[in-house]
Amino acid sequence: MYALLVAAILAIAPAASPSPAAMPGFVVHIKDFKYAPTPLKIHVGDTVRFINDDDEPHTVTATDKSFDSEALDTSGAWTHTFTKAGTYSYFCELHPYMKATVIVTGDDAGGPRRSVGAGAWSATHPATWGAL
Amino acid sequence: MKRKDFIEHVSWTGAGIAWTLSASGLMTSVADARGAKNGLSFVQISDSHIGFARPENPDVVGTFKKTIDDINALAVQPSFVVHTGDLTHLSKPEQFDTVKSMLAQLKAPLVVMPGEHDVIGSPDNYLAAFGSKDAPKGWHSFDMNGVHFVVLVNVFNFEIDGKLGQEQLDWVAKDLAAQKSSTPIVVFGHVPLYALYEKWGWTTEDGTAVLAALQRFDAVTVLNGHIHQVIQHTEGNIRFATAASTAYPQPAPGTADKPGPLKVPDNQLLGVLGYRSVQLAMGPATVADHSLAT
Repeated sequence: MYALLVAAILAIAPAASPSPAAMPGFVVHIKDFKYAPTPLKIHVGDTVRFINDDDEPHTVTATDKSFDSEALDTSGAWTHTFTKAGTYSYFCELHPYMKATVIVTGDDAGGPRRSVGAGAWSATHPATWGAL
Repeated sequence: MKRKDFIEHVSWTGAGIAWTLSASGLMTSVADARGAKNGLSFVQISDSHIGFARPENPDVVGTFKKTIDDINALAVQPSFVVHTGDLTHLSKPEQFDTVKSMLAQLKAPLVVMPGEHDVIGSPDNYLAAFGSKDAPKGWHSFDMNGVHFVVLVNVFNFEIDGKLGQEQLDWVAKDLAAQKSSTPIVVFGHVPLYALYEKWGWTTEDGTAVLAALQRFDAVTVLNGHIHQVIQHTEGNIRFATAASTAYPQPAPGTADKPGPLKVPDNQLLGVLGYRSVQLAMGPATVADHSLAT
């Protein structure tokens, strides 16, 4: 499953001008009351699709309330683009013990890297996942 | 085997409460409601989850209607019916419309509070359906026949576990401070106020502050929902009881990998759903849980 996910990301990543359909380069699955993968390491501007594979409804809600999927029923999905670097903790409003993290590092297009070093960036960028 | 064969009696001294526990897990208790001047009864219903539509109960509207019909058919109508939250499954306006129109069929007055399923995203839809000027944020208290009733909301401030928040804690401290220690106290809230099973979030993170404030009273009853099964617990003068759902059961703590709807054979579903009636009168009072199968 993990290998398939990586392959999918690699296939999408090279697209020069991604269509909306190809935008979600990252997927977090909600299964058995857990978010996976976590922590998810992405880059400013990356889009993440959260998919509920459980029989129970869940939410993807930032601890600081900066984003909120509202209710995702079974097979429901929600997409969010992270536009600022930072570490985002989120949880499920219905099952608050379900917790996970998205780590967003600096701009890829020559902009400021903020506080995150290049090493951390290259280790987490999707294009390098094939080597992991 | 007959249910009677399983009946077990446990008695307390002091404020005096006796619980009768039947095989199905549904419970009857007898509590000393000293201070009750006249007869008083009420009914607790919980976790109707209108909008839920999965194999564990494909007809939650039907089982909720049966619950309401059963309550309306009681020979003596209760002073009020309290719904301890999770009226809806996904906080959607049409789900609130359905549950509100069904609750309007009750002959008795209604007391409501939200569960976490009623405030997904925000409490706006809940408050639009059930908000009142007297309780702008949901929590409130009232007195009836010498009994002081406190309605708590431990889902608006969901962060890690059920949480009341400082504003509500300050309010409840003041509210309880005004009561005599001999006054019987009944507390309602959706999520259990004590750490019933933290691993599944079946706890109120800051509930201990309220429990501490309840210590000085002679007799306290705390009635919650959320876990879709009857579990009773005692801490000193405080008796806790969670309620059955009208929609679907959940596994007992630790008996499954996760909480969530529990599938039982179709012909057993009504037996694990139900409502609770509470009798408070001069002398002993009775709390009884009724399955929809009876």
